[in-house]
Amino acid sequence: MKPAGGYSIEMSQRDAAVPVVRIRPAKGWMPLNLRELAAAHELLYFLVVRSLKLRYKQTVLGGAWAVLQPLLTMAVFSVVFGRLARLDSDGLPYPVFAFVALVPWTYFANALTQAGNSLVEQQQLLTKVYFPRLLLPLAAVIAGLVDLAIAFVMLLLLLAWYGIAPSPRLLAAPAFVLLAAASALAPGLWLAALNVRYRDVRHVIPFLVQIWLFVTPVAYSSKLVPERWRPLYGLNPMAGVVDGFRWAVAPGATAPLPTLGASVVAVAVLLAVGLYFFRRMERSFADVI
Amino acid sequence: MGRSVIRVEGLGKQYRIGRRRGTSTLGEDLTAAVRAPLRWLRGRTASVKSAPAPGELFWALKDVSFEANAGDVLGIIGGNGAGKSTLLKILSRIVAPTAGWADIEGRVGSLLEVGTGFHPELTGRENVYMNGAMLGMRKAEIVRKFDAIVAFADIGPFLDTPVKRYSSGMQVRLAFAVAAHLEPEVLIVDEVLAVGDAQFQKKCLGKMQDVSRGDGRTVLFVSHNMDAVQRLCGRVLLLERGRAAAMGETSQVVAQYLSRTRGSSSPDEWIDLSQAERSGSGSVRVAAVKYGSELAEAGGQPYPDGPLTVDLAVQVSTACTVASLAVTLYDVHGTKLVNADTISLGRTLRLDPGQHRLSLRIGELHLNPGVYTLGLWLAGPLDTVFDSVPAALDVEVVTVQGPGLGRAASDDGLVTSKLELLGSD
Repeated sequence: MKPAGGYSIEMSQRDAAVPVVRIRPAKGWMPLNLRELAAAHELLYFLVVRSLKLRYKQTVLGGAWAVLQPLLTMAVFSVVFGRLARLDSDGLPYPVFAFVALVPWTYFANALTQAGNSLVEQQQLLTKVYFPRLLLPLAAVIAGLVDLAIAFVMLLLLLAWYGIAPSPRLLAAPAFVLLAAASALAPGLWLAALNVRYRDVRHVIPFLVQIWLFVTPVAYSSKLVPERWRPLYGLNPMAGVVDGFRWAVAPGATAPLPTLGASVVAVAVLLAVGLYFFRRMERSFADVI
Repeated sequence: MGRSVIRVEGLGKQYRIGRRRGTSTLGEDLTAAVRAPLRWLRGRTASVKSAPAPGELFWALKDVSFEANAGDVLGIIGGNGAGKSTLLKILSRIVAPTAGWADIEGRVGSLLEVGTGFHPELTGRENVYMNGAMLGMRKAEIVRKFDAIVAFADIGPFLDTPVKRYSSGMQVRLAFAVAAHLEPEVLIVDEVLAVGDAQFQKKCLGKMQDVSRGDGRTVLFVSHNMDAVQRLCGRVLLLERGRAAAMGETSQVVAQYLSRTRGSSSPDEWIDLSQAERSGSGSVRVAAVKYGSELAEAGGQPYPDGPLTVDLAVQVSTACTVASLAVTLYDVHGTKLVNADTISLGRTLRLDPGQHRLSLRIGELHLNPGVYTLGLWLAGPLDTVFDSVPAALDVEVVTVQGPGLGRAASDDGLVTSKLELLGSD
């Protein structure tokens, strides 16, 4: 009796463990299926590693680009906006002022661009294999974090060079990095999904990034924006990120709470809607691409 | 056994035609959006298009229903554009159906094309991990099966070479090895084996047999190769223009398929093959074929133990070397009876772009009178199939004056024999 009972329980457990794939026509809004996403975390890891391996293949300078990109931009900004235009730099040496913003900005710009092009560039995968499509833009955003980390080390060196003692507020940097990642992913999802259908998006992305740079306080201080407009200004989540980074390094800066608050809300909304939009478009990717 | 693992009911997929893959331009969509602001606000996807004019829509797959049990090997056959690939893509969850539903119990491993999901810049080793993860394997599982995968694919020394340096045969070997070792409850294999060499094809067929018989898993197998379908599949689904035309026991359905696709043919005249069902890279294509037996009294029809000449008019688009030119004869059930392949002669043909004529002659064709299906095959030295037309045409082997005066036996069998009566005591 005992073995028989045990057997049947084992069977029912096994049967319960067998997942049933239900294939239905795509209709309307779909739930996010977070369980499937969680199950695919290893694939996400492989996709990130792959993108890191591929990024600097056949380049001479390799990973040095992660530092060179913000460093060269900093040099140009320092001459044009620091020396020639003499913009106010919140009491920081202008190069530090610019670099501290360029670290998250460069990450954001690259992550957004790569997330936006991720589906189109990997269409051979989309049309041949099934996996949660969300992993592609997600991997693009995560892979950029490695470059960000390298640039961050450079930032610490720069602070040391200018004799600025690192403040304990720097420990808050990961939170701002997370906000920057979400800021890149949210529009990245929209752009990636739209890119599948309209290749116009490919041409829109560089332009969008350029405009976005001007509405983000990278070259200039957000203090140029009148106080009462700050929350509105903060709807650009990168404004919150950059101000957060500056607050973390500039001695005696006040926390940019109104801007940050607005940024967090803006990102949360954009990301939530973006996820559902992506999910909705997802099922037609292979047909349309 | 006997538990149904795949249930498909009324499955259909609709595409828009007239435009490539139903893509519309931003301009058109914006115009449509302005015309139908409400529909735009409710949100649109590719499948919920504003009502298109009738006639623009086309069902790549319509109303297909079937079930497959654990341990089944189900063949899916049909001409080009019959909906085979669409069906597999839906079952692999790459595209969504427009109508109907399907339930699949367990993991699905699908192998839809050579090097599915391989990245050319990554090495074989990296791609095995990548591909395995993509097919739903855990990392620990891949590590455990890694050696078996590499051994099966037989790519040992090239493991750390970027996949872009692999031949297509090596790529398909590796891809098949990963998919087959996933141990999915359902393994979906599209026409990929045509790329590999004969030995590997055999290995794959064997593996698929193990997977189904040994482990009780289900295999869906699409192929133009009736011989492989015959050997592997217990049941076959025949698709025709997106619909299920027949489903049942393999030899019956294959016979039905072959009888429908064959056109009538007569000897000593060029038969156009431009519309024939084929696979292969297309760098060389057989445009037309002519056959004969050099015997006027047989009307040029082949006859038992007589010669069979085959002339091919081929169109070469990129210069290449043909190492294997084969003429294959099948019986009505799709069993391969004769495979006359020039690879056994060890001579290659260098072909420049343009039109060429290739001729070969089988000295003695040991087939008894009857109707046979003739297939053609052109391949390069490195597994590359240029053109494969498995059912190019029908040839009828006719009766001519035999060596004796006796009448033909009532059921001769398919193959001739040299018979002597040695006398009696």
